Amino acid sequence: MNVESADQARQDPEYRKALVELLYQLADDELCLGHRDSEWLGVAPDIEGDVAFSSIAQDEVGHAVFHLERLHELGEPDPDFLAFSRGPTERRNAVLVERPNGDWAQTILRHFLYDVFDDVRAESLLASSYRPLAQGMAKIRREEYYHLLHLKMWVIRLAQGGGEARRRLEQALAEVWPEVGGLFSWGEGEAELLRHGLIQCRSDELMHRWAERVKPIFREAELLWPGLPPQPELQGRSGEHTQDLAELIRTMSEVYSSDPAARW
Amino acid sequence: MNQKERHTRFMERVERGEKIEATDWMPEEYRKLLLKLIHMHGVSEIMGAFPEKEWVPKAPTLKRKLGIMAKVQDEVGHGQLLLRVAEDLAAPLGKTREDLIEDLIEGRVKFHNVFHMESPTWADAGVIGWLVDGAAIINQAALLNTSYGPYARVLKRICAEESFHMQHGENIILALAGGTKMQRRMLQEAVNRWWESLLFFFGPVEVTPAARRMLDYKIRRKTNEELRQQFLNKYVPRIRSLGLTIPDPDLFYDEREGKWHYTPPDWDKFGEIVKHNRGPKSEERLRLRRFAHEEQRWVREAMVRSRELQTV
Repeated sequence: MNVESADQARQDPEYRKALVELLYQLADDELCLGHRDSEWLGVAPDIEGDVAFSSIAQDEVGHAVFHLERLHELGEPDPDFLAFSRGPTERRNAVLVERPNGDWAQTILRHFLYDVFDDVRAESLLASSYRPLAQGMAKIRREEYYHLLHLKMWVIRLAQGGGEARRRLEQALAEVWPEVGGLFSWGEGEAELLRHGLIQCRSDELMHRWAERVKPIFREAELLWPGLPPQPELQGRSGEHTQDLAELIRTMSEVYSSDPAARW
Repeated sequence: MNQKERHTRFMERVERGEKIEATDWMPEEYRKLLLKLIHMHGVSEIMGAFPEKEWVPKAPTLKRKLGIMAKVQDEVGHGQLLLRVAEDLAAPLGKTREDLIEDLIEGRVKFHNVFHMESPTWADAGVIGWLVDGAAIINQAALLNTSYGPYARVLKRICAEESFHMQHGENIILALAGGTKMQRRMLQEAVNRWWESLLFFFGPVEVTPAARRMLDYKIRRKTNEELRQQFLNKYVPRIRSLGLTIPDPDLFYDEREGKWHYTPPDWDKFGEIVKHNRGPKSEERLRLRRFAHEEQRWVREAMVRSRELQTV
């Protein structure tokens, strides 16, 4: 059964609980990655690339805002509080996106792998029983389409560029692969999410769909497919994170928390 | 037509208010003056991204985070537009984009004094948007009717975007001015920090020979001092209306003369900063640019090779 509004969702505490859990995953992934992307401002390899990458960063943070607003409608604290005041154990992003930026090859490869995942996830949410989310996803996917094109182009060009670029790309692949698996988890509430029709496919199915999309691009880039990503050590969706996230939050909230009474 | 006749024709066009285009004949002096001005303008936009970039990760609300990200992106985008114009002027001199950026890293082109300075608090991010961009708009708006067409067109777009930046800055400032004691103190300290730099920003009072030539060629239409007076006219009342103090006890408006009197900035100190990159943040920010340009040359080289492969 479809749920048309936040008010309706709030009438069913179990439904609401599962939905809130899902929205935190979406919001926290996008906020972390958008924040990391924005660290490239002014220092990307060329000026045109700098401007383009900044648009991607803004879109990611914009998507995080969309999900945080949906959470607020469901009775969670206001979006700024959620973005700036929650501690690491309350965050539900995958560990992959909290990691600091490496070089341009690592940045591009991580973002590409994430964006394919994000698109597969968004596609699966188009049929979510929570209509405000499904509708938002349709719009978000239209923006993400351009990110994917851009990042796919970058991966292939870096691979074709040979020499140092290719060596760095291969190194980045070895580095990020062990943590990619954490993206696909729906967290501890997967069964609930499925039961309520909030999501339409299990995490292993999500990973397979993702792999089918990534493989052809690896072929085009002549990158060796390392096999399906392993289960990661830390479950970001359950609030297990690294020191990197703690530091990211500390930086992000430095001004926000400098004067609790202030409006900024 | 000999050189002299060409020059006379050129000056007649300039006098009539015609726009000179990139492919038109132009005196060597005109090309070099323009290139110097636009090159400096372009790299200043790129270096100008850094003081605010420091506050992008720390912007205190989601709205501010998105606002400052978009703003810094615009600055880099302005740098790109201006460097495109500069590239066309530099091409007959055998210079490329890579050269224009290397000139910056090697200290062969200056960038605006304000971007050598520290921005230690969130209020600085606001003051940069409000007053530094406010000063830049006055400078750039005065260049809108420059005799060089490509520059005029790019400036039109830049000015439109800059007025958004000023609103973004003003908005941050208004929140601080109407905020807690700590926020108001932070704001006043930022204004104190930036005031002298802002006065220097417009350049020396006397009209230098190069500035005189730019006025002759109608590259510029107003003197430094005219622009500085315009800035004071616009911003002194605004700053005061927020209950802020301007850190210059000698600042006053002389009704009879119709001009502001102010304590001049330390010309030597700032001259040293811009000529030799000796400001408190010059080295650190140039290091960032060097990282972007030199340490990531491998990315640009890979792009070139990959493009060659695709056209084969």
